Amino acid sequence: MLGLNKKDFSLLLFVAFLAIAAPFLLNPFPASSSLSFLNAGYPALMQLFAIFAIVLIGFNILFGLTGYLSFGHAAFIGIGSYTAMWMYKLLNFNVIIAIPMAMLVTGIFALLIGWISLRRTGIYFSILTLAFAEMAYRLSYSVLTPITGGETNLSPDPVNDPMVLKSEGGLTVPHLFGFDLNAKTTWEVGSWSFTFEAGYYLCALILIISFYIAIRIFRSPFGMMLRAIKSNNQRMSYTGLNTKPYMLAAFVISGVYAGLAGGLLVAMDAQAGAERMFWTESGTIVIMAILGGVGTLLGPILGAGAIKYMEKILSSISESQLHTWLGILPDWLEDAMVYILANFFVGHAWHLTLGLVFMLVVIFVPGGLVELGQRIGNRFRRKKPDTAPSGETTPAE
Amino acid sequence: MEEILQQVINGLDRGSAYALIALGLTLIFGTLGVVNFAHGALFMIGAFVAVLVSDLLGDIRELGSADDFFKLVQVVEDPTQTDFLGRPLSVETSYWVVWFGENFGNWLSDWSVPIAVLISIPIMIFIGWAMERGLIRHFYHRPHADQILVTFGLAIVLGDLIRAMYGANPIQTAMPESLSGPVDLGVFLGYDVGTITYSSWRIVYFFFSMTIIAGVFAFLQFTTFGMVVRAGMADRETVGLLGININKYFTLMFGLAAAVAGVAGVMFAPIQAPSYNLGMEYLVPCFVVVVVGGMGSLPGAVLAGFLLGIVQSFASLPTWKTSLVERLGLDDGNLIANLIIGVDQIAIYLIAIIILLTRPRGLLGRKGVMED
Repeated sequence: MLGLNKKDFSLLLFVAFLAIAAPFLLNPFPASSSLSFLNAGYPALMQLFAIFAIVLIGFNILFGLTGYLSFGHAAFIGIGSYTAMWMYKLLNFNVIIAIPMAMLVTGIFALLIGWISLRRTGIYFSILTLAFAEMAYRLSYSVLTPITGGETNLSPDPVNDPMVLKSEGGLTVPHLFGFDLNAKTTWEVGSWSFTFEAGYYLCALILIISFYIAIRIFRSPFGMMLRAIKSNNQRMSYTGLNTKPYMLAAFVISGVYAGLAGGLLVAMDAQAGAERMFWTESGTIVIMAILGGVGTLLGPILGAGAIKYMEKILSSISESQLHTWLGILPDWLEDAMVYILANFFVGHAWHLTLGLVFMLVVIFVPGGLVELGQRIGNRFRRKKPDTAPSGETTPAE
Repeated sequence: MEEILQQVINGLDRGSAYALIALGLTLIFGTLGVVNFAHGALFMIGAFVAVLVSDLLGDIRELGSADDFFKLVQVVEDPTQTDFLGRPLSVETSYWVVWFGENFGNWLSDWSVPIAVLISIPIMIFIGWAMERGLIRHFYHRPHADQILVTFGLAIVLGDLIRAMYGANPIQTAMPESLSGPVDLGVFLGYDVGTITYSSWRIVYFFFSMTIIAGVFAFLQFTTFGMVVRAGMADRETVGLLGININKYFTLMFGLAAAVAGVAGVMFAPIQAPSYNLGMEYLVPCFVVVVVGGMGSLPGAVLAGFLLGIVQSFASLPTWKTSLVERLGLDDGNLIANLIIGVDQIAIYLIAIIILLTRPRGLLGRKGVMED
């Protein structure tokens, strides 16, 4: 169906189900229960899940298929955000213009950066992309302030901006043909409350489409070619094939995905800042990719979700909560544990936990969550490890 | 001419830090073949050793944040003095002053940073040794991408450990008082008084780093240990066949590289107040330095370190930029004019891109190292 084989189609359906039912799936606990802090079904958070899943799907096309590790991907998110924001400022708040323009401009930048960076491979490629991203970050913080707003972030100004396409009294928040993306409906069922937001569903729809395109790329001859380049670039050259256009295409595609995500970020919350481009942000993208599972279809979505969820939960745990949980321990032990946890692992120190989890994943499960799932699945099913089906990408040759 | 000389000298301290970090990075890369993203974190830890030691030696700061954690100060309430609310004022005295008398105690806290250098060497060697034994040795046979990732994770962990202990704000550390003033360098070169002045601590930093660099090169050149290491860098397998356990040597080299980064950080603490992300801040430029110098080339790393430090200082010199903008006839708000003014932000990245594209092996890179 849709040009996919049965397995891929069911994977697509699975992702579509996850995306559409997320407000339910991520809100398993009633709002009043003590476990409600584990809920993540808030529109703002679910948007981040979907948007970063899109970034990661794109990043995976580059890193997963070709093995080229870009350390500057956050720059494309930033470029996408700035472009979308300028579309708001110059034309109007309709995201149907802003998002495609964000993709287009990011694509041009990706073409330029990729054309230069791809002349080198391996660690040199990583450092070149890192250097470009650092340049983008530093410039937008300092001298490009007229374009980027510098430290004060860029946000639309309905009074002074031209906004030539905005009709009299038109919406001054991001909208889709006049349909406000912040429109919410809340649904109360017993003590549960589910919030549905138009903006989230736009993200979810785009996520599903992005995922579908990614599957098509993975299964296409083009995807095969990228994998061949990963496994032996030299041999590909010896067979008389110029690998550069393929690599460049993969780089631009993944850049466009990041630009799309940047545009969506601005569609959800109309401001754009340079801190989105800092190189540790690019590092976080790499961490998400590794955690989910590089080169797999489902991995990027799992990785993005897992990190963003971890960030939300860990940073929201407070000291008093820890005291209630550890209440059964003797007092001195409780205080010591709370001190250590609160200062080193949760709250504002959640990055440390993230780093530790990431290191453990790289050391023990290089295949990420997807590989972990397969291993657990195999243990239960007592099958040979090679025949695991879940989300795996062995192409049908 | 004076201005140019002044900028060259201004670039030296940053260049020294770049050179020392890049030297360690290259040592690790040349011996173990590992790209260490946690090397900036080692520099940062060195800077915090300086903070720790100066706390222990009774440097009484006014900042009073999370960093009084390890302070060795006696707090006595002095009834003869009162604060503005009329309560008795509590006077902090370092225990060193209490135990060893005013003179020695104050001398200790004044010279805490140089003392920290000595203390940091065993600490950093131990940290480096533990890193290599505990983590990095398991990654020799994994792809470079995995090494980058695991050391990147380690850098995050180390940075956040320091943040958990010392908070997110930069912590000032004092340099010895006798070295804190400026020196009039111009007088030595025959210029008028006051043309070229420079902070004396930065001069100390420059000579200190030159000593360390010379020491590392001498160690590699003139000792048997260094000979084995150099042989191992050239051909690991053959050295192994000669019955030498090269891994032991390389582990120690990792410790040495960590110590070089550490002492660089200790001495840098008075120049730039360290915060937990100091490592991340210096890591990226230092990778650029290593790549410009040529992967695996020790002299290249040192040369490129100083070169880029000086380039950066030149790029921040406003006179030539404004005159260039005027010569081109650009007005103030112009984008290109802005770019020229802000070139100091991106100068070293521009150079890295140019070097990587025109001379992929770097300035002094050897053939066959990390080429594909």
